Amino acid sequence: MTDQGTQSPPDERPPNGRSFDGVMDRIAGIGEPIRRALLLPTLALVLALVVGAFIIMVTDVDAWRRMGDEPLAALGDMLDGVWVAYRELFIGAFGSVRALSETLFTSTPLILAGLAVAVGFRAGLFNIGARGQIFVGGLFALWVGLHVDLPAILHIPVAVIAAMIGGGIWGGLAGLLKARTGAHEVITTIMLNFVAAFFTLWVLKTSVFQEEGSTIPKSAPILESARLPTIFGSQYRINIGIFIAIAAVFFVYWILFRSTIGFEFRAAGFSPSASLYAGMNVAFLYTAVMFLSGALSGLAGATQTLGLPPYTVTDNFAGNIGFDAIALALLGRSHPFGVLWSGLLFGALIAGGRVMQAAAGVTVDLVIVMQSLIVIFIAAPELVRAIFKVKAAEAEPTQVTTGWGA
Amino acid sequence: MTATAELFETEARVRATPEERRSTIVGIVLIALGVYVFWAFGLGSGAGLDARFNLSLQTDRFQDLSWVVDARTLSILVAVIIVGLGIWRVTRSALSWTNISLAIGFGLFSLAFLAWAAAGGQFSLVGMLRSTVLLSVVVVLGALTGLMCERVGIINIGIEGQLLASAFAAVVLSSAFGTIAGLVGALLTGGVLGLLLAWLTIRFHVDQIIAGVVINFLALGLTSLMTARILTDVQTLNAPERISAIRIPFLADIPVLGPMLFDHSFFVYGMFILLVGLHFGLFYTRWGLRSRSVGEHPKAADTAGINVYWVRYRNVVLGGMIAGFGGAFLGLSQVARFEENMTGGIGFIGLAAMIFGRWLPFGALGAGLVFGFSRAVQQKVSILGIGIPSEFLLMLPYIVVIVVVAGVVGKTRPPAADGQPYIKQ
Repeated sequence: MTDQGTQSPPDERPPNGRSFDGVMDRIAGIGEPIRRALLLPTLALVLALVVGAFIIMVTDVDAWRRMGDEPLAALGDMLDGVWVAYRELFIGAFGSVRALSETLFTSTPLILAGLAVAVGFRAGLFNIGARGQIFVGGLFALWVGLHVDLPAILHIPVAVIAAMIGGGIWGGLAGLLKARTGAHEVITTIMLNFVAAFFTLWVLKTSVFQEEGSTIPKSAPILESARLPTIFGSQYRINIGIFIAIAAVFFVYWILFRSTIGFEFRAAGFSPSASLYAGMNVAFLYTAVMFLSGALSGLAGATQTLGLPPYTVTDNFAGNIGFDAIALALLGRSHPFGVLWSGLLFGALIAGGRVMQAAAGVTVDLVIVMQSLIVIFIAAPELVRAIFKVKAAEAEPTQVTTGWGA
Repeated sequence: MTATAELFETEARVRATPEERRSTIVGIVLIALGVYVFWAFGLGSGAGLDARFNLSLQTDRFQDLSWVVDARTLSILVAVIIVGLGIWRVTRSALSWTNISLAIGFGLFSLAFLAWAAAGGQFSLVGMLRSTVLLSVVVVLGALTGLMCERVGIINIGIEGQLLASAFAAVVLSSAFGTIAGLVGALLTGGVLGLLLAWLTIRFHVDQIIAGVVINFLALGLTSLMTARILTDVQTLNAPERISAIRIPFLADIPVLGPMLFDHSFFVYGMFILLVGLHFGLFYTRWGLRSRSVGEHPKAADTAGINVYWVRYRNVVLGGMIAGFGGAFLGLSQVARFEENMTGGIGFIGLAAMIFGRWLPFGALGAGLVFGFSRAVQQKVSILGIGIPSEFLLMLPYIVVIVVVAGVVGKTRPPAADGQPYIKQ
């Protein structure tokens, strides 16, 4: 990293009463800082929903077939398709106790992995490797869950700690490579994702993990004592993982903003050269940050291997979490509490998206598109301001990384 | 000569330079590699087992060319040469040969490995070399995309998404309106995504890596959504005409080199033309000088009257179009249909190839061939069915990237203003 590219932590803007004096000013009773923090994400979400609606309409094949004969009816079909899709999305996210359980259940690993990415951002590191760290951490937890016989009160903590160590090693490796050789973490973490994915594919076919008699990469069911207990009985999937996630949010808040090492993390993120000059061991900090980040991803892996009924693990248990985590860390402005709320929002989007896919024939991929749009709008506030004609006092680019650096 | 200067000279002689230290490290690596070859492939091959390397394909003019060699003898010979190279490196002489020694060492290692794997059987060497070229095309084009952008100071992490989206456009438009439309559509799609990257990073100062990541997401989400909602329903849109190979007369008849280089679709020839053009353009034309100056020192370029923003926009869009060309190759030349996430990370490998190739067009070619080779070996060796699980062979290219980026191949220097937003004062 060079010292020319100064980075401004996104949420630490000086309070400025005159900016954003538009839409949200009319909402009474909300203090200026909260209003400022909420305005941009809200507008971004609205824009993403609008563009998403447009995409649903354009890709409606049946409606296009009718377009030639009766264009108005076809247009009505398209609008109807949007209505049905968004209605199912909403019902699937909030419409019932089961939906709420699914939303919180889906949010759990997202919050944890989002924290992982956020911690990296705070230290000026872009951890795209949550996926790989989820794999490795999840496998560590899985091994403990399969082969260590302990009472539940010990079994779960041991498995969870194993996951943190596994994920931490995988993340710390990228940090170490950066500290020692200057290898950019964006490249190394992406490559480590592929390595971890192929490793998972292989290891789930070995006798250590594979279910007896199975020919596909699928583990035996983990021991009952290692399963994360569900909160509202086994008919709802929500389990104590959500408490782990919330605890992690407070822990990360404490680390980042109340501890010495957290101060050093943020200092290294703000200016590595200044931190070095101030006597901090930046090489150690990079490794430590990536270890912490990986450990948080590893926790997400643990909730995937220990908490997902029917408690047998297949080779794609990391799903899309690693990438969702990047989007939601940006949306949450790399703040633990921001990550919590964005994690819940994305959990709702994805849980609802699954219902939408089944009921309305719009695949969950739409949620990926909306997530990327949200990130664009968050990262380019000027764009949102231009669209909504909201006045802005100053332009502040969000820059987390500067070049390949040496 | 003053005393101080003498002091500096003495110190310089005592202390090893980074190049000298690297030469030693490479030497140790080579010696270890040679010992491993001796143990694993030399002693590991059964005595008297021949490996037959086929040097001609069934379509070639000259048939039944092959090279039969005793696997154990070859491996031991290779081991001796590699150890010799390693000892030569440890002596720290002829430092410019460090990388070449490493390349020769790994090339010979691969040869011994193949002889060991094919001992008692046969192996199509020319088929593997041909696959190497084919498998490196997208990597090289991806690397050239990255190079176009980074030479003007913009990091493009979105190559993967540009490849994926343009492959989709190529397949759909080619199925609907014919090959030409598919090609044009792919180039335009790549260009538009390049424009989006440039617009977000230049106009809105969005972090370049975030913008690139977003492009990847957007391309993945949109193409998957459209595949599920449109292509599964209207199958005819996912059935483009496959672009066939153009056999170059006479040249294609040369044994080994012919099938390797002169019997491909125009994409492969296009890649080579592009390579030469880019090399010439970057280093011998006004366009290249301006581009490089914008990437090295935008402020100085601006002061000299170059429109920094315009140069950046233009090159990033052109880079996107190169990725579009690669995407068209992916969609139209190989399997000739679109599959969800069919790029599978190859754009990122292209990015690494650009770094490995030190931001030089022919460096990108060399790096691309290394990755193509490791993938070709993986494909052919998994057919031979030796004890190594295919997952580990699949990991190989990615591990190679990590090793490369971590600097075993030496310190690389990106353009000075790479990744820096330029804000005109």
